[in-house]
Amino acid sequence: MLYREAGQFKTTYAEDMAIFPIRQDRMALAVLLGIAFIGVPLLADFDIWPFGSDYLLRAILLPFLILALAAIGVNILVGYCGQISLGSGAFMAIGAYSAYKLGTGVHIPLAWLGFAISIPPLPVLLSILLGGLAAAVVGILFGIPSLRIKGLYLAVATLAAQFFFDWVFLRVSWFTNYAPSGSVSAPTLDFFGLNVGTPIERYMLCLIFVTVFAFLAKNLVRGNLGRQWMAIRDMDIAAELIGIRPLYAKLTAFAVSSFIIGVAGALWAFVYLGSWEPLAFSIERSLQLLFMVIIGGLGSIMGSFIGAAFILILPIMLNLLPTQLGVPLSTETITHLEFIIFGSLICYLLIKEPHGFARLISIGKEKLRLWPFPY
Amino acid sequence: MSGVLYSLVALGFVLIFKASGVFNFAQGAMVLLAGLALVRSLDLLVANGFPLWIAIVVGIGFAAVIMAITAWLIERFVIGPLVNQNALTLFMSTIGVTFVLEGAAQMIFGSDVYPLRLFPTDIWLLFESHFPGGILVNQLDVCGGFIAGILVAGLAIFFQQTKTGRALRAVADDHMAAQSVGIPIGWIWFVVWLVAGLVALVAATVWGTKLGVQFSITFLALKALPVLIIGGLTSVPGAIVGGLIVGASEKLAEVFLGSHIGGGIEYWFAYVLALAVLLVRPQGLFGERIIERI
Repeated sequence: MLYREAGQFKTTYAEDMAIFPIRQDRMALAVLLGIAFIGVPLLADFDIWPFGSDYLLRAILLPFLILALAAIGVNILVGYCGQISLGSGAFMAIGAYSAYKLGTGVHIPLAWLGFAISIPPLPVLLSILLGGLAAAVVGILFGIPSLRIKGLYLAVATLAAQFFFDWVFLRVSWFTNYAPSGSVSAPTLDFFGLNVGTPIERYMLCLIFVTVFAFLAKNLVRGNLGRQWMAIRDMDIAAELIGIRPLYAKLTAFAVSSFIIGVAGALWAFVYLGSWEPLAFSIERSLQLLFMVIIGGLGSIMGSFIGAAFILILPIMLNLLPTQLGVPLSTETITHLEFIIFGSLICYLLIKEPHGFARLISIGKEKLRLWPFPY
Repeated sequence: MSGVLYSLVALGFVLIFKASGVFNFAQGAMVLLAGLALVRSLDLLVANGFPLWIAIVVGIGFAAVIMAITAWLIERFVIGPLVNQNALTLFMSTIGVTFVLEGAAQMIFGSDVYPLRLFPTDIWLLFESHFPGGILVNQLDVCGGFIAGILVAGLAIFFQQTKTGRALRAVADDHMAAQSVGIPIGWIWFVVWLVAGLVALVAATVWGTKLGVQFSITFLALKALPVLIIGGLTSVPGAIVGGLIVGASEKLAEVFLGSHIGGGIEYWFAYVLALAVLLVRPQGLFGERIIERI
């Protein structure tokens, strides 16, 4: 009754090809966006618990949005194109450091040519996007091996990217503007003259980025390119036979995915962290992103959001629960417990629902479609 | 040389991949668990006044039992229910196992650095009459190499000569076909994980003697991945040779190249080497060529 497509007739091709062809989906999305864009700022403005506190915005919603964006990027590569990657953290780092360099001005001394290339500091928005572009270029470079190797071999190739860039940003002091400690601070966040400083402004900024990119990604994966990726994922030889160029499809997947991950990395560094060091983008970050995608659902944009929310909220819950239950544990024990619970939950989810939470939601939709008569 | 250590960890990877097609991310965590179990039980027994040799025997036995239980748990609760899922899911589940093992090992046995002294760590100087200063040989490395050699020989016999070994190879070729001719796949996977656990125990003893048993073992174990690529994913001797190549080349690269470009390239050199091997010869030095044509 609640979720019924019957009676929604599509009379034009445009309607048939809409992103969200079902009315209920459109309404749900509109409500969700309304809450995110209008509800949360209002609630924060009126200091209504828990939205009044900076903690929720700064420590939960902000990382949630940015990591969800990164998870969309990973999902495009892993979920839609089937190219497993353990180097997403490196691409985040590339986005972050390129944006940092561009945002603070690039100076390349070419001593042997007798002159130097200097680019003045670029506007923040531009440097974030260009940071994404830099990540895309590197992503294409590391995507080239994927034409010869696949699956777990590719995982090692991307792991190579991870370790290599970890080292580059730690040791090559040009990237950190010769900061002695290796940690750098983002330039002030000026967007078209507006200074983004308070948590709610940062939240809105990320929300805009995430919404735009999520819609772009959603559109991309249901179009020509997305179908090519999925064909490659499902069976590459068959895809090649029906006229899909693996070279083009795989490299575009790498490029789009690393672009989004790079932008997410730049946002993570600029908006969430403010000042950071290379450790912020280590292998753990890559694994975390991969988990989000797997738990949320491979090949689902919405799944990326659910996965990000799950991964972020779980440790917080695990930290809060013992104190709430009156069993105070030492921090060390909590860390270990967190590891154990996290690992077993991942295994449990993989066994019970290998297609992630997104699959649970589509099952729910099926059930609602039949409700109240389950047959 | 650390190459032998990489080889030992890589061996565990190869075993599991060979016999179940699962890329076992948890091998490093298993080394940590085995090492911690061994070290803590040793310490406890020695502190209670048992003679050292009893402590060693009981400690190794205890660690072996722990690895057996781990293998059984993993097979029963993680890998078993995932039979016939795709490789990515299985790989992810082993990452989950990694987290559980790391957490559990440290919670039960503590998370400090524990020194382990099972092998002599003195240094020999060989050929002093031929070269000025001679060649520096660590007794531990010799022991490690010796153990690795025995392991490879033993595993080769196990794979080629025993009934279980043959069943293992059948399972590796095709799960479903193996199941349909009546090979008990659960038992086979238990055996594989058990053997991998015992190899992890050996790796832990050598590694623990060299660096102490500590959490960073799990990170160092990631080095086993390039070793696998270079040696070939399905080859036991490949793991050994690959380990030696990686161990030697990264030290040489550090000494000869690293000084020019800032140092610390040991960290990623193995991976770049693996990348180069992948581009030239994707199956590795000793791997089986996987031909994918229609």
